[in-house]
Amino acid sequence: MSMPSELFRLLDVEKAYDVGRKGGLFASGPRRRLAALDGVRLSLKAGESVAIVGESGSGKTTLLRVLLGLTSPSDGRALYREKDITLLQGEDRDRFCREVAMIYQDARGSLNPRMSILDLVAEPLDHHGLCKPSERRDRVAALLSRVGLPPEMMERYTSALSGGQVRRVAIARALASSPAVLVADEAVSGLDVSTQAQLLKLLRDLQREMGVSLLFITHDLGVAAYLCERIAVMYLGRIVETGLTKDVLSAPAHPYTRALLNAAPKFFEPIAEPLGGEIPSPIDLPPGCRFAGRCPEARDDCRASDPELVAGAPNREFACLHPLIGEPAFA
Amino acid sequence: MALALARPASAPPETPSSTPAPAPLLTVERLSLSRGEKLILDEVSFTLKRGATLGLVGESGAGKSTIALALIGLLQKPQVGLEGTMALDGSANLVDATEKDWLKLRGRRVSMIFQDASSALNPCFTVGSQLTSPLRRLLGMGAKEARGRAIDLLESVGLNDAASRLDAYPHQLSGGMQQRVMIAIALATNPELLLADEPTSALDVTIQAQIVRLILDETRKRGASCIFVLHDLALASQACDEIVVLYGGQVMEAGPSDVLLAEPLHPYTRGLKACVLELDTDELVPLPSGAPSFASKTPGCRFAPRCGNALPKCVDEKPPLETVRGRKLACWNPAA
Amino acid sequence: MADVALSSPRAAPSRAANVWTYVRGHVWFVIAAVVVAAYVFAAAFAPFVAPFAPTEQDMMSFMAPPAWGPHLLGTDSFGQDLLSRTIYGARYALLIGLGAVLIGAGGGLVVGLAAGLIGGRVEWALMRLVDSLLALPSLIMAIAFISILGQGVDKVVLAVGVALIGPFSRTVRGDVLQVKAQPFVEAARLMGVGTLAIVWRHIIPNVIFPLAVQATIRVSYAILVSSGLSFIGIGVTPPTPDWGLMIAEGRSFVSFAPWIAGVPGAALAVLLIALSVVGDGVREQFDPKLKKEG
Repeated sequence: MSMPSELFRLLDVEKAYDVGRKGGLFASGPRRRLAALDGVRLSLKAGESVAIVGESGSGKTTLLRVLLGLTSPSDGRALYREKDITLLQGEDRDRFCREVAMIYQDARGSLNPRMSILDLVAEPLDHHGLCKPSERRDRVAALLSRVGLPPEMMERYTSALSGGQVRRVAIARALASSPAVLVADEAVSGLDVSTQAQLLKLLRDLQREMGVSLLFITHDLGVAAYLCERIAVMYLGRIVETGLTKDVLSAPAHPYTRALLNAAPKFFEPIAEPLGGEIPSPIDLPPGCRFAGRCPEARDDCRASDPELVAGAPNREFACLHPLIGEPAFA
Repeated sequence: MALALARPASAPPETPSSTPAPAPLLTVERLSLSRGEKLILDEVSFTLKRGATLGLVGESGAGKSTIALALIGLLQKPQVGLEGTMALDGSANLVDATEKDWLKLRGRRVSMIFQDASSALNPCFTVGSQLTSPLRRLLGMGAKEARGRAIDLLESVGLNDAASRLDAYPHQLSGGMQQRVMIAIALATNPELLLADEPTSALDVTIQAQIVRLILDETRKRGASCIFVLHDLALASQACDEIVVLYGGQVMEAGPSDVLLAEPLHPYTRGLKACVLELDTDELVPLPSGAPSFASKTPGCRFAPRCGNALPKCVDEKPPLETVRGRKLACWNPAA
Repeated sequence: MADVALSSPRAAPSRAANVWTYVRGHVWFVIAAVVVAAYVFAAAFAPFVAPFAPTEQDMMSFMAPPAWGPHLLGTDSFGQDLLSRTIYGARYALLIGLGAVLIGAGGGLVVGLAAGLIGGRVEWALMRLVDSLLALPSLIMAIAFISILGQGVDKVVLAVGVALIGPFSRTVRGDVLQVKAQPFVEAARLMGVGTLAIVWRHIIPNVIFPLAVQATIRVSYAILVSSGLSFIGIGVTPPTPDWGLMIAEGRSFVSFAPWIAGVPGAALAVLLIALSVVGDGVREQFDPKLKKEG
């Protein structure tokens, strides 16, 4: 079943946190658990691009931390090249560190303000011993020009750079160790549209030219559609729909995916009837489908049984008892 | 100096005016704002009809928020240099208004919703006390009456269980609910003009749609006008009747949103629109990099250094804002 | 903000013009820096600047008021030239201030780093120790140390320095905790960088800088404490021309010869104010959070 080309594989990953008893300090009720991730299955093959889409509270950030080995799943397994990420050691660990590069949402915060751009971009090279000291400057200059920054910038510090430039430096640094996977967390949000467009174009060109895999976490379906072949839509710690981006966005099966699509602003169309309510707290979830409380399609059985993520159409999986297309999921 | 600030008697704000061509609610004429050597706003002009919605769009540094802050008197002389005209229907030129004058306007005729509700609400006071204080202070209500009114307001902005929410502190509410409270506070005194500075950019997409709808519905219900500060052109096309495109504190293009965005004439508006990602976007054509110079001596169009259509003239001489094909346009060499 | 083209279209203004705009924008900082520089200069070259030796007695003039003549700022009850003594006094003030701050900052760095990085019980124990140091004002702490160490310039430096370790460790620990949570530390860890290298390359540089700024601000405080010690007679021993000591000596004559206490007092006050202004200026310059827009 496992193919050698698979880089990341998440097998029913669960991450739960104990949040104490209901009622605070002197309460005596049962311990409550917050399930940030609940049975997530995901794989990323070499050269593939996957978008993880969801709102705040959907578990995107926890998923990211599991993928990067910053936290270990409380159940299930998270694998990189078929090995448990949190158990990687020695050679495997070095390889993971070299092959998986992260681009942070807070690009400025992810770059040490007391290091020059040269040292920042060269840090992965130095750390992994990827180039001779004599080639250091040339390598950094090449990386900077790859992301559209002039080599003169090497001597500067991030405080002197604009938001768009800082993101470019972060991308150059991520590319330095010739990674196999770029993991990006909202890497283009909070920017002006023109800067965002430049960065998106850059990322897509890089992905196509270098064959690097891309795991892009975003809340913006447009960004997902532009950058990624595959998409996984998350809601409250679960993937509710996944498939090829163009299929999912042209004919969503899960009502939540449709709601996200409708909520995205579109030129000249009247503002769609918004989805009611807000994402509920992941503590003490009611039985049944976790989206049922906000779902315009919800029926009685939705509140009773919890649908699983199953293949409901070719190349498509979704967790819905009454999907908008294809075969329903089973509970 | 006491300025005339009162609402005009002829057009009570509670009922939308029924006369066919009423005076515009807000007139901004050649408004310039400077800080020291920098000219932040350079002769900005636009008008806003009663009951209409206007969007100020452009990149950061375009002066959108500055206009909003000037319109609610948070940027006044002498901290900044102000020239030109800005006037609400029936008021004197607010460019000369003092803090004392603004106290009579702020919250009564003009209100504002900020981008980040979590920092705009005071964490030390309950939602109820922050909501009733403008009612009591500005409308002279008693404690009981104000509380009842506050409950009505919270219900109207879609907070269920409003009575118990009054005793909640802001941090006990989600971001979307905080923004709803902000809207309730801003609308508490039935202002004629509501300023909304990126009211949804800190929120999730599904909540964003709820909040924009809410602002539009509530202002319409009250016959109030609304100015949105936005960076999302697609959202602007959905929410606004009129759009003013700004770059570096200069108006590039302004007009009805359907006319302007269906066929943008200014190279900047076109560039911005080309940067907007839609679900079927296959190729993006990003605008070239660059940031406007605010030096007061820049004689020409501030967009010229980034403009693909720029002529030598563009750098030397500022294009006038003239009516072209149903909108106002400031460009020497518009796209065909 | 959009990307800015690196080559600015405007020609870079000349260096002199740059300096002039800087001076115009930071008038008080520049004045204070000049004052501090003057003190440092006077202290360094005291034998050349001062008209007399600090302990030289003029038998012809006791308690002479400031006047045009050999004793510009007057003489004290021993007939010693106040101007010369004040100039020599700057040596002690600056020496004690800098020395004490170096000890305090060095100790604070070690304690703060240990507490912030190790955490757990070590942090708890160190911070309770620091709390007990902070429970008393630095002057009282310094008095306690002096009573153990004995009198003398070196002892004063040590006593004041140790008394300053408390506040310095607190700020260092706070900065360490804050820097530790920064994404760039996590980014380095993801890259596989080891803990020691992270501390050395990423944490210490980001902690040292605010510490240095703190130190410039605390120099004036150290001088004040040391003068206080001398004033109450347990710091530097006479006839050392220490300002605190001089003020104490002049105290008895304040009603009819106010200049004896007034001259060193004014010298102290001006230096302290200038140092605080310089410290604030340095902080404003390097703390991005305090930087004004523009």
